[in-house]
Amino acid sequence: MCLGVPMKIIDVEGTTATVEMAQVRQQCDLSLAPEARVGDYVIVHAGFAIEVLDEEEAQETLELLDEIGFGTGRVP
Amino acid sequence: MKYLDEFRDPARARKVARAIAAVAPAGREFAFMEVCGTHTMAIARYGLKKLLPPNVRLISGPGCPVCVTPKEYVDLAVALARTPGVTVATFGDMMRVPGSSADLSKLQAEGADVRVVYSARDALARAEPARKVVFLAVGFETTSPTVAATVKAAAAEGVGNFFVLTAHKLIPPAMRALCETDGLALDGFICPAHVSAIIGSSAYDFVADGYELACAVTGFEPVDILQGIYLLLKQYADGERRVDNQYSRVVKAEGNRRAQELLAEVFEVCDSRWRGLGDLPASGSALREEYAAFDAARALQLEPEETVPDRGCICGEVLTGLKLPADCALFGERCTPAAPVGPCMVSSEGSCAAAFKYGYE
Repeated sequence: MCLGVPMKIIDVEGTTATVEMAQVRQQCDLSLAPEARVGDYVIVHAGFAIEVLDEEEAQETLELLDEIGFGTGRVP
Repeated sequence: MKYLDEFRDPARARKVARAIAAVAPAGREFAFMEVCGTHTMAIARYGLKKLLPPNVRLISGPGCPVCVTPKEYVDLAVALARTPGVTVATFGDMMRVPGSSADLSKLQAEGADVRVVYSARDALARAEPARKVVFLAVGFETTSPTVAATVKAAAAEGVGNFFVLTAHKLIPPAMRALCETDGLALDGFICPAHVSAIIGSSAYDFVADGYELACAVTGFEPVDILQGIYLLLKQYADGERRVDNQYSRVVKAEGNRRAQELLAEVFEVCDSRWRGLGDLPASGSALREEYAAFDAARALQLEPEETVPDRGCICGEVLTGLKLPADCALFGERCTPAAPVGPCMVSSEGSCAAAFKYGYE
């Protein structure tokens, strides 16, 4: 029930954004993330953007993941 | 799909699974609880338990909002649906949760005006002048801000026929209750993804500091979850308990301040009854006095039938991790997704539904 999907904002009108994922477009309410701008990815839950996705942090997590496999010795 | 596919990559998943096996201190058992039902479903769907070493066990927690909503609430919703002139708007998961004499889908089939909506805003948009529209406001901190924003919008627009029946619940008090549950030997929590987007990863500091349990705020994709488990085990390898934030692309330490302000403006903290956990102090959200006109429980005359307790269903113990779905005598026989007895089999995120659909231990 707490599912939310990352969707890209392609248009903003007032407090409503048009968001897109995999060629699916829908409207979402921006009142919980008023700082969101066109081009941002937001997490959409129950018709609302609940947070802006931080693309730098996403990249860092992927880099950390790619490091995990190396140098991880068995811990006694 | 950007920001989904990268975290569903099988090669990455296998690599993190190998790292988990390497970092898990041998010679002891680990039990981690995934608090959130969306995690439960992802773990089952992607078969993640099969990727873990035998000494690392995952236990499902109480994080399915439909499952923890008590039967008394369902009976209230049923009473509303039976009231002439009332439209009940709800998330789809609530439709088939059994009340004492009926569920909402049965009433809908009999002609009651029950609508499935995707958002509280859709419910507000359906507030036709001649009818009273009641939205069933069920959900954790992820969902309650969307309801707060909708109630505020209804007040600003002067809508007089829109109401909410609140059963919002707060995750940290439930985790505290779990930490204090006898017989539940946990080593850590996979903390919810989107609840944490609202309340922030610092909301779990009391678990790491006060109960000395490992915490990792974790995204909902399979690689996220495996990395979260890796981080939990790493805390044991490092001899330290803390709150790691695997899902930093969405979750900040302080959470979403705007959403928190809206919550505080529209709701106040109240005691709340949880299926499985019982009455927990300060574990729910009720509308503030200023918004009482939108509160279905206060503004409408509700006369629910007397609630009939469940017989034989052990959803309560399943929700607190004390029992597994397959421990229930009804599981798979008298209780199936097609004919559910308890809420854990109804909800698409319930532990019993996940176990029935994807296999169980």
